[in-house]
Amino acid sequence: MSHFVDRLTFFKKNLENFSGDHGVVTNESRAWEDGYRKRWQHDKIVRSTHGTNCTGSCSWKVYVKGGIVTWETQQTDYPRTRPDLPNHEPRGCQRGASYSWYLYSGNRLKYPMVRGRLLRLWREARKSAGPVEAWKAIVENPEKARSYKSVRGLGGFVRSSWDEVNEIVAAANIYTAKTYGPDRVIGFSPIPAMSMVSYAAGSRYLSLMGGVCMSFYDWYCDLPPASPMIWGEQTDVPESADWYNSNFIIMWGSNVPQTRTPDAHFMTEVRYKGAKTVVVCPDYSEASKFADIWLHPQQGTDAALAMAMGHVIFKEFHLGERKSQYFEDYCRQYSDMPMLVRLVKEGDRLVPERFLRAADFADGLGQANNPDWKTLAYDEVTGELTLPNGSVGFRWGEKGKWNIEERDARDGREIKMRLSLLDSKDDVAEVAFPYFGHIPHEHFKNTGHDEILRRNVPVKKLALKDGEVLVATVFDLMAANYGIDRGLGGDVAKSFEDDVPYTPAWQERITGVKAADVITVARQFAENADRTRGRSMVIIGAAMNHWYHMDMNYRGIINMLVMCGCVGQSGGGWAHYVGQEKLRPQTGWTALAFALDWNRPPRHMNSTSFFYAHTSQWRHEKLSVKEILSPTVDPAKWSGSLIDYNVRSERMGWLPSAPQLQTNPLQVVRDAAAAGKDPVAYAVENLKNGNLRMSCEDPDNPLNFPRNMFVWRSNLLGSSGKGHEYFLKYLLGTQHGVQGKDLGETGGEKPEEVVWHDKGAEGKLDLLVTLDFRMSTTCLYSDIVLPTATWYEKNDLNTSDMHPFIHPLSQAVDPAWEARSDWEIYKGIARSFSALAVGHLGVEKELVLTPTLHDTPTELAQPLDVRDWKKGECEPVPGKTMPSMAVVERDYPNLYKRFTSLGPLMTKVGNGGKGIAWNTDEEVKNLGDLNRVVTEDGPTKGLPRIETDIEAAEVVLMLAPETNGHVAVKAWKALSEATGRDHTHLALHREDEKIRYRDVQAQPRKIISSPTWSGLESEKVSYNAGYTNVHELIPWRTLTGRQQFYQDHKWMRGFGEGFCVYRPPINTKTISPIIGKKGNGNPEVVLNFITPHQKWGIHSTYSDNLLMLTLSRGGPIIWMSEKDAAKAGIEDNDWIECYNLNGAIAARAVVSQRVNEGMCLMYHAQEKLVNTPGSEVTGFRGGIHNSVTRACPKPTHMIGGYAQQSYGFNYYGTVGSNRDEFVIIRKMKKVDWLEGRLKETFGTEAAE
Amino acid sequence: MTYLNEFFFGIYPYIAGGVFLIGSVVRFDYQPYSWRSGSSQMLRKKNMVLASNLFHVGVLLLFFGHFFGLLTPKEVYHAFGLSASTKQALAMAAGGVFGVLCFIGMTMLVVRRLTDARVRAAGSGMDTFILLLLYVQLILGLLSIPVSAGHMDGSVMMQLATWAQMTVTFQAGAAAHVADVHWLYKMHIFLGLTMFLLFPFSRLVHIWSAPIWYLARSYQIVRRRA
Repeated sequence: MSHFVDRLTFFKKNLENFSGDHGVVTNESRAWEDGYRKRWQHDKIVRSTHGTNCTGSCSWKVYVKGGIVTWETQQTDYPRTRPDLPNHEPRGCQRGASYSWYLYSGNRLKYPMVRGRLLRLWREARKSAGPVEAWKAIVENPEKARSYKSVRGLGGFVRSSWDEVNEIVAAANIYTAKTYGPDRVIGFSPIPAMSMVSYAAGSRYLSLMGGVCMSFYDWYCDLPPASPMIWGEQTDVPESADWYNSNFIIMWGSNVPQTRTPDAHFMTEVRYKGAKTVVVCPDYSEASKFADIWLHPQQGTDAALAMAMGHVIFKEFHLGERKSQYFEDYCRQYSDMPMLVRLVKEGDRLVPERFLRAADFADGLGQANNPDWKTLAYDEVTGELTLPNGSVGFRWGEKGKWNIEERDARDGREIKMRLSLLDSKDDVAEVAFPYFGHIPHEHFKNTGHDEILRRNVPVKKLALKDGEVLVATVFDLMAANYGIDRGLGGDVAKSFEDDVPYTPAWQERITGVKAADVITVARQFAENADRTRGRSMVIIGAAMNHWYHMDMNYRGIINMLVMCGCVGQSGGGWAHYVGQEKLRPQTGWTALAFALDWNRPPRHMNSTSFFYAHTSQWRHEKLSVKEILSPTVDPAKWSGSLIDYNVRSERMGWLPSAPQLQTNPLQVVRDAAAAGKDPVAYAVENLKNGNLRMSCEDPDNPLNFPRNMFVWRSNLLGSSGKGHEYFLKYLLGTQHGVQGKDLGETGGEKPEEVVWHDKGAEGKLDLLVTLDFRMSTTCLYSDIVLPTATWYEKNDLNTSDMHPFIHPLSQAVDPAWEARSDWEIYKGIARSFSALAVGHLGVEKELVLTPTLHDTPTELAQPLDVRDWKKGECEPVPGKTMPSMAVVERDYPNLYKRFTSLGPLMTKVGNGGKGIAWNTDEEVKNLGDLNRVVTEDGPTKGLPRIETDIEAAEVVLMLAPETNGHVAVKAWKALSEATGRDHTHLALHREDEKIRYRDVQAQPRKIISSPTWSGLESEKVSYNAGYTNVHELIPWRTLTGRQQFYQDHKWMRGFGEGFCVYRPPINTKTISPIIGKKGNGNPEVVLNFITPHQKWGIHSTYSDNLLMLTLSRGGPIIWMSEKDAAKAGIEDNDWIECYNLNGAIAARAVVSQRVNEGMCLMYHAQEKLVNTPGSEVTGFRGGIHNSVTRACPKPTHMIGGYAQQSYGFNYYGTVGSNRDEFVIIRKMKKVDWLEGRLKETFGTEAAE
Repeated sequence: MTYLNEFFFGIYPYIAGGVFLIGSVVRFDYQPYSWRSGSSQMLRKKNMVLASNLFHVGVLLLFFGHFFGLLTPKEVYHAFGLSASTKQALAMAAGGVFGVLCFIGMTMLVVRRLTDARVRAAGSGMDTFILLLLYVQLILGLLSIPVSAGHMDGSVMMQLATWAQMTVTFQAGAAAHVADVHWLYKMHIFLGLTMFLLFPFSRLVHIWSAPIWYLARSYQIVRRRA
């Protein structure tokens, strides 16, 4: 009966009393409780995860009830790893637990939407013209184009249909490819590891067309360039479970409990086990309170602290009374310390030059193969020079000697390389080292030391083919650079108290950390590593990597780790966790994602250089190259501005280009054919004589604009877009908050290599298409918004560097409303493209440029010097002195058929990655059996099908060594040939395993070890980076084959970073031209602008999630110290404005004693969607956190064609740093929500 | 006029009563999570003890006063020697005292609900509406005291009681008994019925579940194994 009536049976529910009247027996119905039970009942649980760039990769249970996703809870069925380890659960955090809110929230995108003005123009044009012609009529009419571009970001979307949007997008792409070139169609999507198939959907479409896939890891500034410099490795780190194997952990700028929530339990567990933890962090973060020792240097001065610790470690544990035999052996075998470096005169000073090479000897030491790329050392046993195995010269062109066994490559005899020449020196030479700590900065402390440090180094004299040359070991040079007294005299430190760079006392003046604390931590760190053979670890977050001179912060710390033998040892090493960069089944995925089964090479671009050029941030560059050059070089020889260095780099084949040539690459091939020439030879000839130009030389020329852009799985304009306001002004051509003037107006130093137009081009993009499940900031600025499936509505794969499992995103429910998965969306666009291409584009050939690439033979392009063919310093030779060139055939009318089948190159050429290759015949056959083959007639008949997202996932899983044991064994076999050592034992025990999509849906699966990665997935050890280098003697993929303390490229030396040094933050000069000019009467304070990761959201997601907003303050906030707040008369929760030349932000103040004086914190990726009023400075709505930043590239990241310093997609290249920025903060006078009608400054009509 | 009188006092009571009973059953059975008092005490405690207690004490006694006053057959109180005019005087005195208590408490609650941003944001429109409805009803009731003072013979009270008793015993012609009473009484009755009508749609449902038996229940309550 009714529960209600049941409750009313007052008179018969009590049957009897007991225990006097203390107890009563009732027959009261408890059926009403079912209501509460049903609250937690559900129809099914589906395994999925969150495709966000948080690195967590946590498996979740998604509950479905009545076809609706109701809630989610953490999965707890991770496979157990090793008996001595705590298990992985719980994994998950409040961000993930609130995700299901999005599915049915008001912010969900439900239908395909188009900017109203554009759609009106389109429908009008379509009445009388075909789709491609209609697009042409719109974008070639300046007034029409302006009318919709100028209102981007100001609302005005109207609903459209999938058929219509597919037609518009396809027509725009066809028009652009035909008119300007397919490389004007750009796609930005980050972090494939978070949803590999969704990434691959767009990148496959672009790659089949000849469009450009943009990098993200470098642009996000999560890529630490120090890693490829030192290890030749993008980023490889221990899984979080390996923290538990450590005994001494430094959390350096990483807020583990807040931003690594699912992993933080390992930190707690290892602390219970007895590990010591030190936190280095300027503010009192959540991690700080867990520390045994908390060091708080001034923000941005970490390198000084690390150098001082390095000084202590080197002096005591390599030279002094605590000398460690383990450290010495480790460094001899696994680092470049014993390698010899030439010393040459620069002006009147002797400076370290490049590594000594076999080619320096008249006979090349008998090395016919790559003598330019083989480095040397002295053998302690014989006292003779030795040519050890393993340098990069042995990697290419010969087999069997690319390993780091301690043997001479010429005769295979055992050697023991000499670390120091102190006892066998020919002489002592005074060597000049650059010093930057004297540079004055308004907000950072400097010391009065000379810009040149003169230090005495033991040397040998060698007779080389170009005369007598002095050489020294890296070990001796390093000791000198650290300022350690070796009894050779000179300006060095006798004790830690001396005020000499880089002693603990010296660093105290810069960082504010007590010298005694530095000595304590350094000693304990090293002592622990010595006793435990390397179980000391440093966990780093993005924080320190976001400074302009991030390499110095990182190299300073990595030096400590390598000196202490921690890298490649369980429980030790460098744990840099930012961005979910580890796409474990990478080599299986690249085939699918970049359509390598149909065309090679794909077009890739490094985003920092791209956006720097095309959002015209270079037009506002205020950092002069002279400010960052080494004092040891002659500035006259280093002319030009930052963009000039980038242009030179592109020309020399170092960095990639997009667009590539000013002429349509389809046209280049046609012209070559007309001239009866080979397209490559034709292009080289015409580039040399100037008839062909590279696009990078004139980014403001309409022929070189990026025209169409796709953004998916990303919030480029609400999160990662450094220099946000420049994007708005130049790329989009809409309302913006840029306050500064360009170089033309300020009379600044103009570039040498780039054409200067007095008026910078605005509104370069004709079409911006964004795929998302929510109306993000990027969507708001787009022309077309496509509703995509959420993370609970699609099938995909997910991996992370934090744990060794692969697991899925699964479709718990159908995509709501008219949403479709990314795979289906791009399939739809591809279908329209193929249909509309007929009559415009057929089977075409085009010229594709690629830079010299890391892990390919072209990494040996430019061994000894830097020469620019454009200046006549050398001949232009593709793949050697300029980009490689290839003619690629596109079949545009069959693009859709190619998209949905696995192409023939997988069997014709095979697969591979990171310098090794293997045959995939069997896997392709298996895929045909599994996915079935195409039966329709046409060019794809008989090829394995890739129709659905699950079939696409199966392609990845089948082809990757990490998920297919057979492939893993093949891959290790391929590597064994290069190293001459058998590595197949690492995978043989799992050879028969094949992980399929349904397997990972059942339970996360352990990955199979593969040579793509430097650690092992094993039942014996936790995953730890560099483990196979140390234990399998596989060389690091660097010039010397070892971990490199010394970087000998000419540009590294030119910019003073041959050895690690302390470099203060740069002066971005964004305050003085504006301070005092935009006053509102309130006092102002100038603070360093720091953008850490937050507790309430990671990257683009959650900054608009109502649940998370409720837990925080419900809108954008900026944290500042009590002292600074008092200076500016600001109280907690006041509305404040934060601005500089780049733009302005409106937010609320959080005044907290947690923050140190002189800086403010604005958590990353707070969008301007919720609770953001107008800015008094700009008159427009306050910006996002990147509204006050501007990207500023660093020339040393542009180096290429030089072993580990060669380009790799997301692997090396310029990075978008932003922490050197300062802002002016003041209380707002008037909080204006700008709710009136748009006063349009461009046209006459108001926004719809 | 007659029709309106018949509708509001002859038919409307049954509509209101029906909605009240059926609505309560349906809501309790089908929306059990919504069955709550919707207290906002957590959001602002200031003066809440005083305001809430004044209101609840006042309104409870007013409720029971009306209940007994209207539904007790005149034979019963005559048997105790209570005349109609004495009963009216008693009702006016008790109603006046508790009405004033309730009025003080309620005024505080109304001010609180209308001025406190947290309370307003957390509550629903219905919460505010019901509170204001009760407030108006209370004021009407208090205003009826001077009107009643004009006829201390208890005759109007008898008319109202007759109407109530005939209504709850389903006798035809109840409406005619209140056809000529002062409009103030009519308004008061109408709003009273409306409260029954709105009862299942508002926080008033918590009246059903007021856990008064906790005051007297045994320490341990068990059931037999089925």
